Amino acid sequence: MSEQKLATRDGYGKALLELGKINPNVVALDADLSDSTRSEYFAKQFPERFFSMGIAEQDMVGAAAGLAFSGKIPYASTFAVFSERAYEFVRNVVSRNKLNVKITGSHAGIFTGEDGKSAQAIEDIAAYRALPNMVVLQPCDSVEAEKMVFALADYKGPSYMRMHRNPVPIIHDSDYRFEIGKGEILKQGKDAVIFATGTLVHEALKAAEILKSERIDVFVVNIHTIKPLDVNLAIDLAKKTNCVITAEDHNVIGGLGGAVAETLSENYPCIMKRIGLNDKYAESGKPDELYRKYGLDADSIAEEAMKFINKKR
Amino acid sequence: MAKKYLVSGLNQKAKELRKDIITMIYNAQSGHPGGSLSAIDVLVGLYYHKLRVDSKNPLWQDRDRFVLSKGHCSPAIYSVLADKGYFPKSELEGYRKINSMLQGHPELSTPGIDFAGGALGQGVSFALGIALACRLDKKNCSVYAMIGDGEMQEGAVWEAAMAAVFHKLDNLIVILDKNQVQQTGKTKEIMDIGNAGLKWKAFGWNVIDINGHDMQQILKALDKASKIKNKKPTIIISNTIKGKGVSFMELNHKFHGKAPNDEEYKKAIEEIEKIDVKKFK
Repeated sequence: MSEQKLATRDGYGKALLELGKINPNVVALDADLSDSTRSEYFAKQFPERFFSMGIAEQDMVGAAAGLAFSGKIPYASTFAVFSERAYEFVRNVVSRNKLNVKITGSHAGIFTGEDGKSAQAIEDIAAYRALPNMVVLQPCDSVEAEKMVFALADYKGPSYMRMHRNPVPIIHDSDYRFEIGKGEILKQGKDAVIFATGTLVHEALKAAEILKSERIDVFVVNIHTIKPLDVNLAIDLAKKTNCVITAEDHNVIGGLGGAVAETLSENYPCIMKRIGLNDKYAESGKPDELYRKYGLDADSIAEEAMKFINKKR
Repeated sequence: MAKKYLVSGLNQKAKELRKDIITMIYNAQSGHPGGSLSAIDVLVGLYYHKLRVDSKNPLWQDRDRFVLSKGHCSPAIYSVLADKGYFPKSELEGYRKINSMLQGHPELSTPGIDFAGGALGQGVSFALGIALACRLDKKNCSVYAMIGDGEMQEGAVWEAAMAAVFHKLDNLIVILDKNQVQQTGKTKEIMDIGNAGLKWKAFGWNVIDINGHDMQQILKALDKASKIKNKKPTIIISNTIKGKGVSFMELNHKFHGKAPNDEEYKKAIEEIEKIDVKKFK
């Protein structure tokens, strides 16, 4: 652990550049947001392998698919919300054909802040999760984002990687072993489990500290792979606690909460609490202000968790 | 100039494949005859004269690529690929049927298929991605994409049109099968695309205008397009007639996506049989 903070998008840009140095088949595309998504690090070093596609997300995804069909490993980045402009291209050209395209959506969630509703993707996980063959990933810190970029180069198939604008604490060391599809237990517990993803991993960790002072001991699990979900871990911790909470900066419909609920309802039905955006858009503001107002900060998570746990007791 | 015997030979080929197309759609009682019949002459020009491909090695890395963006015209390309030996001709009987290789719209799993179409407006982007990869790998191959005139209404086509010029892709050749009719009526009446040639020219493309049923013109245009190396992509505007070769299907939007019944099938085959390959255009 260190005090240093970095945005996940910084880890993405850094790793893409490093990956480009060792793998000549890696190419990158961006839709006029390369400074924001950090694909510009790669673009500056490898101009012949970087393709500026203009503000045209559909064409970017279609071209990335053509590159993948020809043996390249394309990373196509833009804002999460604008990647959705190309959703049907992702569906019909990428996931339908299992093509090796890495879609990267940055500035996801209300954590994006001041830009407001238009830029705050809160439905992207649900959308991409519904596509057969897609892997859906969300890192919780810049180190995990770096590991993800490298893991995706070895993984052959379509993926969506969800990135964030603002800095978050770095909780992983550089020797962290990342594996697609495996949840990571960050804190052991017994009374309840909080499955968190992305930026809310940090809020969940803080919430666990608050709960500790109330003599409530919760597991905190980092779910970096929303699809395929670590089903065994979800069921195992549900059995151990009978008290399951999910936390995400995303609509409560169809995201991590949805994925866990779908799994448990078929394998180990139990009452759950899903924390996220309650089927509404947010507004402009600072990320911490928004997290407080919309119930995604550590205090709100702790409060909801306490209510939920006490009800179950 | 292409030799006369070559032209009539290719016309004869197109005549045979027209029958295959109609038969496939009749057997399936489903499919898109109109656009398949308008595109088949250019496809014959491409596959029997122009494309550097190998049916024994469909994924040959140095091959020319053909992206059928208007994927609903799958019967046209299936009839060609079967005839070229990519798969047994008997597969044509399974077209659109359960558990068969030949899906309603092409899939990459079928030998010889370089693009899984079906959703309009996507093929040019895919083709330009292939063209970028070919250039990166210093491969001397051409990438062809066929779109329809109704398809030009899709905004994404213009994203790709702009990008192909920006990236100076003179290994990319688009063929516009301008058959004048789309699903619910004449293109002019549904959403007029205006002067197609001027629009593509304004985007910076080389434009070649031909009668897309005149084999002589098709071969000449294909040869010319592959030779232009001026850092610009090229479009061949292939002026065609939807349903060409079957009188009651010609320019008739009702046969955009409808199979012929018994009587219509019989009549269609009779009409195709009567095509004079020496005069066809």
